[in-house]
Amino acid sequence: MLQLLTNLNTIILATEEGGGHAEALSDGGVLASMAWLIPVVPMVAAFAIVFFGKKMPYKGWDIAIGVMAFEALYGTVLLLSHISNPIAKDFSVEIAKIGDMAIEWGWSVDGLSIMMYFVVGVVGFLVFAYAKGYMEGDIRFTWFFASFTLFAGGMLVLVSAPNFIQLIVGWELVGVASWLLIGHYWEEHENSSAAIKAFLTNKVADVGLFIGAIMISMSVGSFRFSDVMHAIEEGAAHSPVLAQFAFWAGLALFIGAMGKSAQFPLHVWLPDAMAGPTPVSALMHAATMVTAGIYLVGRMFPLYAVEGFADEVRWIIITIGALTLFLTGLIALVQDDIKKVLAYSTLSQLGYMMAAMGAGAYTAGLFHLFTHAFFKALLFLGAGSVIHSVHSNNMSDMGGLRKHMPQTFWTFAIGSVALAGVIPFAGFWSKDEILASFEYAGGHYTAAQGGAALGTAVLWIAIAGAFVTAFYMTRTVWLTFFGEYKGKAHPHESPKIMTYPLIGLAVGSALFGFINWPGVTHVFTDIVGGRAYEGFHDLEHHAESLNAVLALLGLAAAGLGWYLGWRIWGPDRETQAERDTFKVNGLYPVLEKKYYIDDAYMNGVIKPIRGPIAAAMNWFNGHVLDFIVNGAGLLMKSFGKVVYWFDQRGVDGAINASGAVTGAGGGMLRLLQTGKVQQYAILIFAATVVLVAGLVIWF
Amino acid sequence: MTDWITSPENWAFVLIAVPMVFAAFRAVTSPNVVHSVLFLVVALAASAALFLLLGAEFVAWTVVLVYIGAIIVLFLFGIMITRAPLGVETELSHSNQTKLGAAIVSGALFALITVTTIQGFGDAEVTASPTRTVEIGESIFQRFVIPFEVVSVVLLAALIGGIVLARRDPVEGDEAERSAMGSAQSANLTAEGGEA
Amino acid sequence: MILSQFIILGAALFSLGVYGVLTRRNAVLVLLSVELMLAAVNINFVAFDVFLRDSIAGGQIFSLFVIAVAAAEVGIGLAIVLLIFRNRQSANVDELDLMKL
Repeated sequence: MLQLLTNLNTIILATEEGGGHAEALSDGGVLASMAWLIPVVPMVAAFAIVFFGKKMPYKGWDIAIGVMAFEALYGTVLLLSHISNPIAKDFSVEIAKIGDMAIEWGWSVDGLSIMMYFVVGVVGFLVFAYAKGYMEGDIRFTWFFASFTLFAGGMLVLVSAPNFIQLIVGWELVGVASWLLIGHYWEEHENSSAAIKAFLTNKVADVGLFIGAIMISMSVGSFRFSDVMHAIEEGAAHSPVLAQFAFWAGLALFIGAMGKSAQFPLHVWLPDAMAGPTPVSALMHAATMVTAGIYLVGRMFPLYAVEGFADEVRWIIITIGALTLFLTGLIALVQDDIKKVLAYSTLSQLGYMMAAMGAGAYTAGLFHLFTHAFFKALLFLGAGSVIHSVHSNNMSDMGGLRKHMPQTFWTFAIGSVALAGVIPFAGFWSKDEILASFEYAGGHYTAAQGGAALGTAVLWIAIAGAFVTAFYMTRTVWLTFFGEYKGKAHPHESPKIMTYPLIGLAVGSALFGFINWPGVTHVFTDIVGGRAYEGFHDLEHHAESLNAVLALLGLAAAGLGWYLGWRIWGPDRETQAERDTFKVNGLYPVLEKKYYIDDAYMNGVIKPIRGPIAAAMNWFNGHVLDFIVNGAGLLMKSFGKVVYWFDQRGVDGAINASGAVTGAGGGMLRLLQTGKVQQYAILIFAATVVLVAGLVIWF
Repeated sequence: MTDWITSPENWAFVLIAVPMVFAAFRAVTSPNVVHSVLFLVVALAASAALFLLLGAEFVAWTVVLVYIGAIIVLFLFGIMITRAPLGVETELSHSNQTKLGAAIVSGALFALITVTTIQGFGDAEVTASPTRTVEIGESIFQRFVIPFEVVSVVLLAALIGGIVLARRDPVEGDEAERSAMGSAQSANLTAEGGEA
Repeated sequence: MILSQFIILGAALFSLGVYGVLTRRNAVLVLLSVELMLAAVNINFVAFDVFLRDSIAGGQIFSLFVIAVAAAEVGIGLAIVLLIFRNRQSANVDELDLMKL
């Protein structure tokens, strides 16, 4: 087998050309040239599970977990090797040609894709392990793991792509697999609708991706990313065609990214996608699928960064990102379904990443992607563990679970503080870097790139977003784990196969922030910045040291959010317990009103936020698209009325006459409609003979 | 024309073609279903003989094996299963009016093709030379390997499709252990089958 | 031998097949007539192949494909006829006028 692989590899190496052109970077040796295994193994395994899964001792899970273990291991080894000796190399095998443009399959081994291999592999491995416990007893257990493996494989095809064609193939594979997975419990109509909604929303955005990919490829004359990058590197004067189309192409690509990364207003599919099993939500909203859009913008970063190309798209990106991060965060406040809270929180964090990309902070955006992958997967898996235990998604059926499921509680708490950006957990470091990038954007960008005011505005929105994040996470933790248990099912700690992945992810969420401690470590910057297209490092900036002011602001916002959350929801649990047990006259009304402090908070803080704004957001979410459609319908209807009026006055007679003629003609033709196929066949043959005879005579 | 008549190949052609047309005619007009099928056998055997005459040996024997050996048997099965009347049956074809229309259309078709062919090719000669099976094999597995694979997929699809269409659904109750996945489908089919 | 004799024979066979398709009431016999038409097509394929002295024997190979597809068609066709027969107690084509609403 090894011999076969080596031989195959030699053949592929013989056909490979081009690649990363920076001399300072290594080609990665055999580790990189064998990296084609990363996307291929899960794709093969997905089919193997379909065909042989049921015969395996663990019904296909063993194949899936084996594959993910391989991915995690390979990703880790590749990452370590990359850290010690940076790699940048593309491998391509030609499959077909359209004119001069080669269609290729290949694999890219550079900082960006290695980081993604690592994230998908490691998070995927833990989620797959967890999924065995979660999906135990499911009637489509094997099928679930087949589509789950396909999902991970599709994502790896996407991130390994060195050209647009393969990127689109991977992109669509992820889309299809997500459709399969969201609709896993398709017996309920709601779930299959959610799957279709996710698929269709993504399809709408995919049109943007296609248009952008076609425009860029055609103007460069190659599907390869490396050729596109070279064209950009040579500058607008040397690539006039690309420069001419760059703005619209960049915008179109960003629309594609908005779909997969669920940016406002194409985010509507993501909360509904919670209909899938929880491990799916964890993988989909952490390591795969939603990161694809961020990855795409990262991959195309020079296009957005170099002056004369799509740099003006950046202010659109940063605006959309800022809108997403704030508006969706507010919605999370009013959700009762714990998975929906996390879904909206994911949207908010994706907004941070996208806005960072828009601010030109390549490293910061990807760093947040990296840390978010760990703590969000952890939160989803924790929520899944809770749901598994209480058999309900609603926080109103939970409460007090801290005592029943301590491991889930502690890991979920770590995920929450990491998400809220509390020092020293991972989220703090990445969020701080993003805030710094906004400040930088506020100070340094020209009007075409968003302007100084926009950067500053986004910075304050982001800080407000940090406050909201801490606020709803506190609420979630309190309602779920503190107070009295309100559900019916008997809560219990989940099995080890589910808690160990939680612990693994918690370790990642706690520690991975330190790898990019500004001024102290810059491991992550080195990882993703490895691919030295000339001048690439000049395009983005990286904070040299921790910006104390911003860090304190961020922490203060998070602290305020936590404090308010605790004051509002924490005591609430206590008083409810007291209310049921001990009713002392005089004291009771005060307790019931929570010393009237809650009312003050409620009227002063919650209602203005939760009431009008959040409700408006919720309403906007559900209704605006409808409204647009209805508006278009109304417009058409009134247009129709105008036409009808015109009709009545003038053309009535003519219309009626033509109607009568058509009616009479139809009446005659109706005689032909006998429903007897052979009579139709006679007519078809006769008509063919007449037509061909006519042609023969004519020529 | 004299050349044509004196050539022994053409004698063979006439000896094959006349029974072939007759058999084909009887196959589409015979009032007896089984006779129809047997006449089809004759017509197909004649076409195989024609292929031999043209030197296409492999195709000729394929026709004999696949058509005469397999497809005809399938037809006979079809006749038995659908309980078509086995004796002479006047109701097998449509009324004379339809027959007249069909005869006009197919006659016109024949006339059209004949005229076009004679105009187009006149008396272009065909010289038969045997095609060796190895040539067919090389061509099919090199030049035409993808169509070949596609055809095998088509056959597989037809196989599965035939089974799915024709199989009679089991009586309800046997299927209690069936998973929920198949139940909707089977319920659907049973409802249809239940009318029969 | 001239090419036209084969093509005209094929045309005769094809026209007879058309006649059968148009006049037969029994669905099995309609399918049988279709087979006749396919046989006519095969004759054309092989005749032209020999006429053109095709070096890759494309005509003969396509006649093989036609045979394979014909086998598939008969299989599916008879299955459909069987299903119709089961549901409607008849394999007569003219009684299937569901296309008329």
